[in-house]
Amino acid sequence: MILRLRSTKLGKIRFVGHRDLGRVWERALRRCGAPVAFTSGFTPRPRISFGLALPMGAESLAEYVDVEMDPAFGELPDPAVILPQLCEFMPDGVDVTGYCIVDRSATSLQEVVTSCTWELWGPEIAADEVARACELIAADTVSVERERKGATRIDDVRPLIIDLQPSSDGLRLIAELATTGRALRPAELAGVAFPGCDRRDVRVLRTHQWVHGDHTETGVSEDSRSPREHSTSYGDSRREVISLPVAVPASTLVVGA
Amino acid sequence: MSSVWARVEPLLARVQKPARYIGCEDGAIAPGQEIFGPEGPVAWLLAYPDTYEIGLPNQGLQILYEILNERPDAVAERTYAPWQDMNAQMRSHSVPLFSVESHRPAAEFDLIAFNLSSELVFTNLLEMLDLAGVPIHTERRAPTDPLVIVGGHAAFNPEPIADFIDAAVLGEGEEVIAEITDLVRGWKRAGRTSREGFLRELAKIPGVYVPSMYMVHFEGERLVAVEPRFSDVPATVDKRTVADLGQWPYPKRPLAPLTEVVHDRLSVEVFRGCTRGCRFCQAGMITRPVRERPAEQVRVMISEGLRRTGYNEVSLTSLSTADFSEIEPVVRGILADSEARPGSSGTTTINLPSLRVDAFTVGLAAEVNNGRRSGLTFAPEAGSWRLRQVINKLITEEDLYGAAESAFSQGWTRLKLYFLTGLPTETDDDTLGIAELARNVAAIGHSHTGRASVNVSVGGFVPKPHTPFQWFGQNTENELHRKISLLRNATHKVRGVNLKWHDPAASMAEGIISRGDRRIGKVIERVWREGGIFQEWGEFFRLGRWTDAMVAEGLSVDWYVHRHRQADEILPWEHLTAGLHKDFLWDDWQAALHEHGVEDCRWTPCYDCGVCTGFGIEHIVASNTPPAGGSQGTGQDLSRGGLIPVSVAPVLTGGRS
Repeated sequence: MILRLRSTKLGKIRFVGHRDLGRVWERALRRCGAPVAFTSGFTPRPRISFGLALPMGAESLAEYVDVEMDPAFGELPDPAVILPQLCEFMPDGVDVTGYCIVDRSATSLQEVVTSCTWELWGPEIAADEVARACELIAADTVSVERERKGATRIDDVRPLIIDLQPSSDGLRLIAELATTGRALRPAELAGVAFPGCDRRDVRVLRTHQWVHGDHTETGVSEDSRSPREHSTSYGDSRREVISLPVAVPASTLVVGA
Repeated sequence: MSSVWARVEPLLARVQKPARYIGCEDGAIAPGQEIFGPEGPVAWLLAYPDTYEIGLPNQGLQILYEILNERPDAVAERTYAPWQDMNAQMRSHSVPLFSVESHRPAAEFDLIAFNLSSELVFTNLLEMLDLAGVPIHTERRAPTDPLVIVGGHAAFNPEPIADFIDAAVLGEGEEVIAEITDLVRGWKRAGRTSREGFLRELAKIPGVYVPSMYMVHFEGERLVAVEPRFSDVPATVDKRTVADLGQWPYPKRPLAPLTEVVHDRLSVEVFRGCTRGCRFCQAGMITRPVRERPAEQVRVMISEGLRRTGYNEVSLTSLSTADFSEIEPVVRGILADSEARPGSSGTTTINLPSLRVDAFTVGLAAEVNNGRRSGLTFAPEAGSWRLRQVINKLITEEDLYGAAESAFSQGWTRLKLYFLTGLPTETDDDTLGIAELARNVAAIGHSHTGRASVNVSVGGFVPKPHTPFQWFGQNTENELHRKISLLRNATHKVRGVNLKWHDPAASMAEGIISRGDRRIGKVIERVWREGGIFQEWGEFFRLGRWTDAMVAEGLSVDWYVHRHRQADEILPWEHLTAGLHKDFLWDDWQAALHEHGVEDCRWTPCYDCGVCTGFGIEHIVASNTPPAGGSQGTGQDLSRGGLIPVSVAPVLTGGRS
């Protein structure tokens, strides 16, 4: 059995890398006494797998982690008990905001997610720049210089841009980007969307990880409420990986403060 | 006080490993919204002058952090040396050194207290003060500037940094920090007026050395006198020692970092001090006597620490953990506790650093390693029995081979052996003995597995203050290189033996500072001004900066580093004491030259080194017989433990009254 968790990563903790945060999860799960399954061999590792890595410095409302439980190690925990504990043991800025139970045979998080929604903003980005950035959606091609295996090449990333919208206050660019194949990273989008701005000054928040098509076996709920509501024109068969809200204190979220 | 977080945050997108600068660790204590200022708590900034990864696990810093934060009238935060990239960003954006908890500027704290574990970090101390906007010279500091104090092993000879520090604390900090806090609180309330008046009061606290309260007189190259400037300032400063470690069960809330650090596991100190009497070892000399922590307290600290941090690995720390009287019951207790813990975490790995060289110890390591056989490290330190008697590391070849046989037969394939070269009286035969031992250990390994390997690590010996070898002239860089070449030639075709060595150039720079006097301060400042920071890091170290600075200051490397000191010479740290009588150290130095060992006084009668008698304290050990295993330096098989039956060294006469 796999406990699939959704969590936030907000505030100072955004500077902790993906692998480092993995170790923090391991310790927090151990503190809960959760019966986490282990790999076999001389150096058993807990069977915890993380979804798509979040770029260093980015924040998120929708991070996912799969924790495999082994009944041989003890009773399966009651999520209502264990999730508040996890929130307490994880650093400030990481809160568990949703969960579901999936089968061991479920498609991995890395494979199941087909696109993510991001918010991009910055101290020097005004509403008219956001509006101009949204016009990229009308372009036939969007060229980005990317490095691969040491060689620089120009890629057309237009097919990876699913949607571009301004936020309601107009100050943030809301972008849905495909994760299949060679994903377009938000910093790469920032390079073309805000050419006058140092991309290191562009703040990034992941708000959703989306599953397209039929993935009922993964435990995706029919409930389509998502961590942050906003409308897009691509809502047809798309669902957030986990959309069940969870009864844990998630009220302290301050987004992009 | 004001947080600079808003100015730090944009810089973090531009540096490597930004998690070094955010704090937020499990166990971190972020101060609330206290009103800082004259009526506020005494604010300590505990600083580690190396990277976050190296500094965070430091137990001394964690202990003081917690003790201070338990006081209602004090707060303690931490800071570490920013890496080069962050340093450059901070300087170009005028962001000062800050604490990692509340991101307050370092200069707004009442005290900045540096933990000095080695000499080569001294230039980082200057860098951090400068980055904080605090004048690096104590004489230029205004009453409103923070007090700059240092502690740790490398603070036992603070003379080279006398111009930069307001005070050095000798020995253990648990108790003295309370006395310092009280004094600073009073000074704050009174409006922090005269700095000199305050420092004079500070100098009266036992264990606190205030360099500016002492005059140092030289005649030519020779140091002729160190005298207090005022009659109420003590002529000699004794170290502080906690009588009973059991009264200090710290850290209770260990820091668990969010990013990878050098010792990423729980650490529990099982005892403090070591009386094995290795003559090269400053730690063993300055931390006497042995004070064991009660076994039950060790067990509670481990189970609580694991529960609180979520670690599944614990290090039992000390200078020689297998010497802990109750090591076996403690280890069995940890394993039993970990099996009783719910969930899948019932696999606690126990780490035993600083192992003694014998078969018993290997048996212990086999028990605790959870099936893992990652690597075992032994430190015979010298290649021949003769030289091991000189340095008083009384391990026989049989002890080492017994340990190797035991390790390889229990599944280890990789052993690491630590040696020093450049030791007093060392001949080429002694040096080459290292290769011989390594070859024999590898052969023992190959009788068990073809994959057996022996990694030999050789460091150049740097004589340290407060040890019997403080009079010894360090080998030159060339001589160390020559000895390493001998070893390279003797090992390079030997199957399974890999040789690594510490850079002799770095040993030489360390030698300049280690026994330096106040004149070396100008050298340290010069090296720092030339950009010589992070000198413990090979990529930043250049010996030329040090030798150039010595020339520029008109000082002789030979005189400071390579010269044998005379019996009647006044040593720069003579007014500072770890409790060891100077004539005990001199007699022990003479015994070394006569190849005589001394016994471990925790199990044999006192030979009056001066520490216990002088400070009115004594060993606290749960067992008055040595633990089982090896020869314990007697050359006899003591595998079942028991009293050491013979005297190792003939009693020396004369010299001492």
